[in-house]
Amino acid sequence: MKALVRHWRNEHFRLGLRDMASVAPGMAAWGLMTGVAMVQSGLSPLELVLMALTVFAGSSQLAALPLIVAGAPLWVIVVTAFCVNLRFVVFSAQLRPYMMDLGLAHRLFRGYATTDMSFMLMLRRWQQAAPNPAGRQQQRDYLAGSGALGWSTWVVSNFVGVAFAASIPSKWGLGFAGTLALVGILCALGHGALRIVALLVAGAVAVAAFALPLKLNILLSIAVAVGVCLLLEAWWPPDEDEKAV
Amino acid sequence: MEDTDFWTVVTIALLTLNTVITRSFFFISSRPWSMPSWLRRSLAYAPVAALAAVIVPEVVMTQGQLISTWQDARLFAVAAGVAWYAWRKGLLGTLVCGMAVYLPLRLGLGW
Repeated sequence: MKALVRHWRNEHFRLGLRDMASVAPGMAAWGLMTGVAMVQSGLSPLELVLMALTVFAGSSQLAALPLIVAGAPLWVIVVTAFCVNLRFVVFSAQLRPYMMDLGLAHRLFRGYATTDMSFMLMLRRWQQAAPNPAGRQQQRDYLAGSGALGWSTWVVSNFVGVAFAASIPSKWGLGFAGTLALVGILCALGHGALRIVALLVAGAVAVAAFALPLKLNILLSIAVAVGVCLLLEAWWPPDEDEKAV
Repeated sequence: MEDTDFWTVVTIALLTLNTVITRSFFFISSRPWSMPSWLRRSLAYAPVAALAAVIVPEVVMTQGQLISTWQDARLFAVAAGVAWYAWRKGLLGTLVCGMAVYLPLRLGLGW
């Protein structure tokens, strides 16, 4: 309780909450549809509760469900979920300097709480880790705020989706709100000629390679887009704001 | 409702562990490590590329096929959202404006 009050008084924690609040409706709609999908996969009540409370990763939940239904071997499910989450491995390289002041348990806990949305929202505020520990503490407070609201939104909307699965027709396509929330974040980050190249190349490759198994088209898109941009950098120097993010 | 299956519970626990490990991957070890410069430069582009790779297929594909019609609510919703962002820069506005275009087209016209 004390910790809650202390966080609530922290200005950067509140800033993180506020930024996350502006994309939370998208996350909630997406969480709702994930909850519906969980029920349709025939999970038991205990399994539903465990998944909604702990997994906290929409794309890997959605990728794993059909495999669980089909009775796929455990290792196939785990490998699939790992591949779907590979983008977080890329993000974690970038998060390392923000985290290394902390002990292992805290690092793992904060890593767990950092979704695409909280990571991108932080990048929008700070392009790199502060040089001094106090500054990095503020950045972590910000992440804690966005992570706390993100986790609560996800868990609550999963439960709401589970509870009302029968009365939410999937043809409404409410899950698309999650995509629109990401579109807003992409707009916020996609400034500078080379980033726009990265966006277009990655989008095209992701469509062209969509048939790859395990969502590997996402990893391939990142590799091709980054490769093209690094080549272009050689004779097309990046804008100031694009450097050293 | 189904009965609880032991292996499904194990699967869910491993999915949670997977979330922790992938999101923390490069800061699990505390051994000093400096990022190679090519990797540092790559990270200027990787987040945008990852996001685009997730979003674009969600917008222009249906069941694994590129859509062949412009009468798709998603295209107009994204256009409306991007236009809002260009005008007002707000994330919530982008989402609300996009859904305000998406739902009538989808539910009203069946696009």
